[in-house]
Amino acid sequence: MQLDEISILCVYSAMVVYAIAFIAFSIDLAKRSAAVTAAADATPEVTAGAPEHVGVLQAAAAAKASAAAAAAEGGASAGPARPAKVKLGAAGGPGAGASVAYGRSPALRVGVAMTVLAWLLHLSGTVLRGLAAGRVPWANMYEFALTGTLIITTVFLLVLVVAKQDLRFLGTFVTGLVLVLLGVATINFYVSPIPLPPALQSIWLVIHVFVASASVGFFALGFALSVVQLMQARREAVIASAKAAKASFLATLPDAVSLENLAYRVNIIGFIMWTFTLMAGAVWAEKAWGRYWGWDTKEVWTFIIWVVYAGYIHARATRGWRGSRSAWLAIIGFSTVLFNFTVVNLFFKGLHAYSGL
Amino acid sequence: MTSRSDPGAPSRPADHIDSAEPDPGEASVNQPKLGVVGWLRFAWRQLTSMRTALLLLLLLAIAAVPGSLVPQRSSDPNGVTQYFDDNPTLAPILDGFQMFDVYTSAWFSAVYLLLFVSLIGCIIPRTKHHFEALRARPPRTPARLGRLAGYTERTAPEGIDAETAIATATTQLRQAGYRVERYEQRGVLSVSAERGYLRETGNLVFHTALLGVLVAVGFGGGFGFSGQRVIVEGQTFVNTLAAYDSFNPGRFFDDTRLQPYSLSLEELDAVYETENRKAFGQPIDFTAHVTVEGQGEESTDRTVKVNEPLYTHGTDVYLLGNGYAPTITVRNADGEVVFTDSVPFLPQDANLTSIGVVKVPDGMDEQLGMVGFFYPTQETLDTGAYASTYPDLVYPVLTLNVYQGDLGINEGKPTSVYTLDPSTMEQLTGGDTGVDSIELMPGETTELPNGLGTVTFENASPDASEGDYSQSVPRFASFDIHHDPTQIWVLVFAVLILAGLLVSLFVPRRRMWVKALERPDGRIALEYAALARGEDPTLEDAVSAFADKHAGPADDAK
Repeated sequence: MQLDEISILCVYSAMVVYAIAFIAFSIDLAKRSAAVTAAADATPEVTAGAPEHVGVLQAAAAAKASAAAAAAEGGASAGPARPAKVKLGAAGGPGAGASVAYGRSPALRVGVAMTVLAWLLHLSGTVLRGLAAGRVPWANMYEFALTGTLIITTVFLLVLVVAKQDLRFLGTFVTGLVLVLLGVATINFYVSPIPLPPALQSIWLVIHVFVASASVGFFALGFALSVVQLMQARREAVIASAKAAKASFLATLPDAVSLENLAYRVNIIGFIMWTFTLMAGAVWAEKAWGRYWGWDTKEVWTFIIWVVYAGYIHARATRGWRGSRSAWLAIIGFSTVLFNFTVVNLFFKGLHAYSGL
Repeated sequence: MTSRSDPGAPSRPADHIDSAEPDPGEASVNQPKLGVVGWLRFAWRQLTSMRTALLLLLLLAIAAVPGSLVPQRSSDPNGVTQYFDDNPTLAPILDGFQMFDVYTSAWFSAVYLLLFVSLIGCIIPRTKHHFEALRARPPRTPARLGRLAGYTERTAPEGIDAETAIATATTQLRQAGYRVERYEQRGVLSVSAERGYLRETGNLVFHTALLGVLVAVGFGGGFGFSGQRVIVEGQTFVNTLAAYDSFNPGRFFDDTRLQPYSLSLEELDAVYETENRKAFGQPIDFTAHVTVEGQGEESTDRTVKVNEPLYTHGTDVYLLGNGYAPTITVRNADGEVVFTDSVPFLPQDANLTSIGVVKVPDGMDEQLGMVGFFYPTQETLDTGAYASTYPDLVYPVLTLNVYQGDLGINEGKPTSVYTLDPSTMEQLTGGDTGVDSIELMPGETTELPNGLGTVTFENASPDASEGDYSQSVPRFASFDIHHDPTQIWVLVFAVLILAGLLVSLFVPRRRMWVKALERPDGRIALEYAALARGEDPTLEDAVSAFADKHAGPADDAK
């Protein structure tokens, strides 16, 4: 099992690099807090002595420029940091609070670079595992964790490229989550590569399980955005009630409404994939078990996850539920996803007994 | 960026985010007393509101949880029996709450039926409204575009008059998939455009298809059937009611609908892992080679595999299990054959240690019963107990405990062929009797105790070379045979659900307006603005992109 040993080596190396990335992202968050404190201490006018911190921009000041708000660029360009992107929170809306411009600190760049490196190692480890087993690398719990976390990182990196907002601040969450899951997987779920039992010898293993893990990647990112959204909403509420807000890295992040919209977009992609997962699973179940739906424990939880996220989408369209309440539903949704992956796989009796443990 | 209230959309529930904001003063006004009709209307409006639908959805998710915590009769009947044995006080209480039949229980059904009633109450008016919207003209251009999303202004190139500018905008919008309508209000030319009707269509298709799935599943359960049948190699099954080992018809099933065809199991191939030591003995492949013959048809050779069911004569045949069926012959003291059959032994573990029962009701002084263990590759553990160490036939051993007495089948009471009730019988070998259990390898014969006769473990391939037992014991296949006439409809609705979902979430529904105003200097100022109807993250970009395309890049002054 030469290939599998190299694969494990790659995975361990990836974990080390993820850990470095995690530390870099954490340092960046700490720097953000420091930047906000510094900005709060500085006079409202931007002084030449603080090139990295552009200053406090009152939301009201942006009202006139609302048409161009989304893409507004910060003014200060001199200095070592690249031009800081200013996100003008909910322009003109009450309670948006102060936001602080913040560029890309060296720590943030190290974090992203390390994440890309870790992703490459992670990818090699996963591909080698597949080669060692002579099939797709997601046929038991260890492999599923390997592929699932790989997709979480992939989705994160993709969103960094595609999204208009700068979402690098999610790096701490993403690398942290991936690191923990990989750690649990390598220590607790590892099994050496073995051939597929007859029930898994199907093209649907490739389709159904891959789409399932891909949707987990999107749900994870949506979860992170919803958590930050809740924190941001709390901070905005504090500012709106005119109490002194604590200096926090949150001031450098998009406002709650933007976060919510982003979370929603990420989550609906996850939801569509989950819908497909459920249907592909039913088609496969018909072939392998002779019925398309039988309320097997895993089917039950797939259904529950689907209904919770359907609830989330409805909550977004229900007056009084948009905002923090729907964010809680997204958080509950991802919790059920994790529950389905861990507790249901390991402790519930059912037909999806493929953890290999 | 986000949707705004649209007073022109009365079809949605009142608390939908796109519906008009209720007048806050309205609620506090003294309302007249509600009559019966008023109450019904109130109840209906509550049931079809977004908030109720949302709560019912969350309730449905919570209601589904217990079914994964407690074994269900539908998917795990043995687990339920076990649960009753393990929790004799708790189980009947749970049973009272239908906890072992969660998904057909009154309370679970109540939640999803209410949800679907709420859904129907929502989609009917929406469908009606949507049909009207499909025929309606895009609404008048608002007087002040400046307050709308993505508002931008451009100056038309010199020499272009208002008429030309609006005419080209109209053409371009139409080409971009908008439905367009030109207006002239107080001498000002404008074009009003709307697109993305598919979004609402997709939404309605999605929700209607959900209903379709529910109906199809309900009907499928009523008209279909599922049956099980164990077939030993060389045996034939004929698709008639009597031939099934167990049969679960739907409520409206009529057994004249069974198409008579025969299915013979020629051979069952089982392949086990032999190279990878970490997976030694793990099953690699099961293939049942069968021949199928319908009335007046040539017989055809077919195969059934775990992921490749056989679809034939309106039924779906699934290979769901297999095992060994040792051929056992019993002769009485006079040497007459009183029993000979291949008896399916039920596998108990991954290495196919199997248990089976032989019942000899006639031909002997007293009825005879035997409980047997079959080990395809027998090994003796340190404790002296036997075990199977590999699922294939390397060193097959059959052990039998003999019982004599009343089998309990004389009154015509149905009893399982896989269990023996020893309460009215006397044990003759094994256990505490002091007599060793009968132990046989293929081809061997031994005496029954007390001179009752002999028992033979027949070798299915007597001509095989010495020590080759690979074909010595016949295998059986356990087939599930189903018929579900609405399965295809469930699939069709499922595809519609997915398609509807994609369209309803990704097609943006938006209105766009272009207005041409004459400036004092004679040039034409063009105003562009849009309105999102539902989630539309790219609305503002769409407006500026259209303005760029229509009138060139933004003026520098802006």
